[in-house]
Amino acid sequence: MAEGLTWNVYDANTMTQVEVYGEVLARLGAEHENIVGLSADLAKSTKIGVFADRFPGRFFNAGIAEQNMFGMAAGLAKAGLMPFVSTMAVFTTMRAAEQVRTDICYQNLDVKIIATHGGISFGQAGTTHHCTEDIAIMRAMANMTVIVPADGIECANAVRACISRPGPVYIRIGRGFEPNCYTSGDYGFEIGKAVEMNPGTDLTLVCCGITVLQAMEAAKMLKEADGTSVRVINMHTIKPLDADIIRKAIVETRRIITFEDHNVYGGLGSAVAEVVAESGRACAFARVGIPDCYSLVGYPEDLYCHYGLDADGIMAKVREVLGKDFEQDESWEDGF
Amino acid sequence: MPLTGQEINELKGRAKQLRRDIVDITFWAGGAHTGGALSMVEIMVLLYYKYLNIDPKNPQKPDRDRLILSKGHAGVGFAPLLARRGYFDFELLKDFNKFKSPFGMHLDGTKVTGVDVSTGSLGHGLSMAVGLALGARVKGESWRTYCVLGDGECNEGSVWEAAMAASHYGATNLITFVDRNRFMVDGPTEKVMGLEPFTDKWRSFGFVVKEVDGHSYAALSAAIEEAQGETGAPVVIMANTVKGKGVPFMENDVRWHYGGLDSDRLAESKQLIDRADIG
Repeated sequence: MAEGLTWNVYDANTMTQVEVYGEVLARLGAEHENIVGLSADLAKSTKIGVFADRFPGRFFNAGIAEQNMFGMAAGLAKAGLMPFVSTMAVFTTMRAAEQVRTDICYQNLDVKIIATHGGISFGQAGTTHHCTEDIAIMRAMANMTVIVPADGIECANAVRACISRPGPVYIRIGRGFEPNCYTSGDYGFEIGKAVEMNPGTDLTLVCCGITVLQAMEAAKMLKEADGTSVRVINMHTIKPLDADIIRKAIVETRRIITFEDHNVYGGLGSAVAEVVAESGRACAFARVGIPDCYSLVGYPEDLYCHYGLDADGIMAKVREVLGKDFEQDESWEDGF
Repeated sequence: MPLTGQEINELKGRAKQLRRDIVDITFWAGGAHTGGALSMVEIMVLLYYKYLNIDPKNPQKPDRDRLILSKGHAGVGFAPLLARRGYFDFELLKDFNKFKSPFGMHLDGTKVTGVDVSTGSLGHGLSMAVGLALGARVKGESWRTYCVLGDGECNEGSVWEAAMAASHYGATNLITFVDRNRFMVDGPTEKVMGLEPFTDKWRSFGFVVKEVDGHSYAALSAAIEEAQGETGAPVVIMANTVKGKGVPFMENDVRWHYGGLDSDRLAESKQLIDRADIG
């Protein structure tokens, strides 16, 4: 079980990611008197309301006023408390971006932000409630740690781990209906240390959030159908990025594809690309995410299929990259 | 308790020193937000020498009162006050704004001893002050939070979000000042973006408003003591001030929102400051 959970696996599997978050935070609240909670009229849907019900004197609803909420969180942290703040990712990282940056990150305060409805996980709500920019924005803020858990079990691990991580932490979760890819939380979760979910030698998939499970399924099918050996990495921490696991994949598999529920610009794909480029080694590389557009409306599973972020889409992209003529020699004079 | 004549005389001396320091640093730094630093002098001197429970020798004293200078651009008036109060050596301010100096025009609390909260982006201070005040309450501690706002920054919606929250949560351990000097960068506040009826706005947000002459120690002191005793609602002290106060050629002149001084003007400024009787 994940450290944050003490109920059985069956319960964790039937709870959504946000429900797990709410329960873990409420339990942490009993262990740590300095934890306070804030939300902006989204206590129910972000499930921080579970904490609020248990510790009403330590919870502040800011109303629909995110800028003030993040400023208040900074003040509470300055008073020696540890605020957990939850609202949707889009309002956290854009409506209140400057408060997160100037009040919290600049002062390096112990504010833990658990942002829900990341990516296109609230697909049917439309662009106003999608958030395919947050990883890019958050990772550009100095002092900020950025975590995208793969499922509810990892969310529990991340929420517990962020308490002992000094400074601000941004944990991005989905709407909360994503299936689990872990069956146990005892896999040694550590902030900044990626997890190899599947071994492989032909190609590496680097994923975060909802794409991890899809990549695991794609890897299984590719092995059975094509005999391809695909490595799957769960890059749950985008910042600080586990560069070593990327450099190892470059050397050992020579092909890397990133998959994320985020704009292809600025997120996981860009972070991995930076490591690939700076490695100075030849490596076939592709990024898959939302292709620099505002997503269509629809249920998330339909959208993930449309944007190639489900197992079928991942398989197709793997075959495409494997089928390309990949030059490992030094024929630089060929030009473009 | 009303201030004694001796106390007022001492405060006047502190204020005179602070105004001299402000023009000195304006000269050393090659330019500064001089006007808005001069307008808040009496408020800040009174707080730092009379009302704040602080100990410069123990700057992190857990039960100290907190002060947030939300109008962070007035750092040129805040830094010398902290230095004279004993937080650090005044000589360090000769490097104000210079390469690797801990002192930039907007003070960084992670670098400057005595600065509880880093400010500079307008409209942020009151939210953080509300958070501090609620934090004291969660912890069952009796220290107070003071917040000094500029009037121009009250254009920011976040100020009113914070006001709503202070009132909603009954943050009576928070005392807010507005340095109502009536000018912002582009001109008079009422021309750029009108704030009036300003006190009515605060009242309608649930505050008790005390409107005073922001250069009168007696008036400010009475308002602060009433605010400290207020248990029904948070208090805002609307301090009517003069931008550039103490240096007549700067007073009510928008060009002195941010200005520079040559050595002749610096000398003239100091003579004018020495001659003025404020408070």
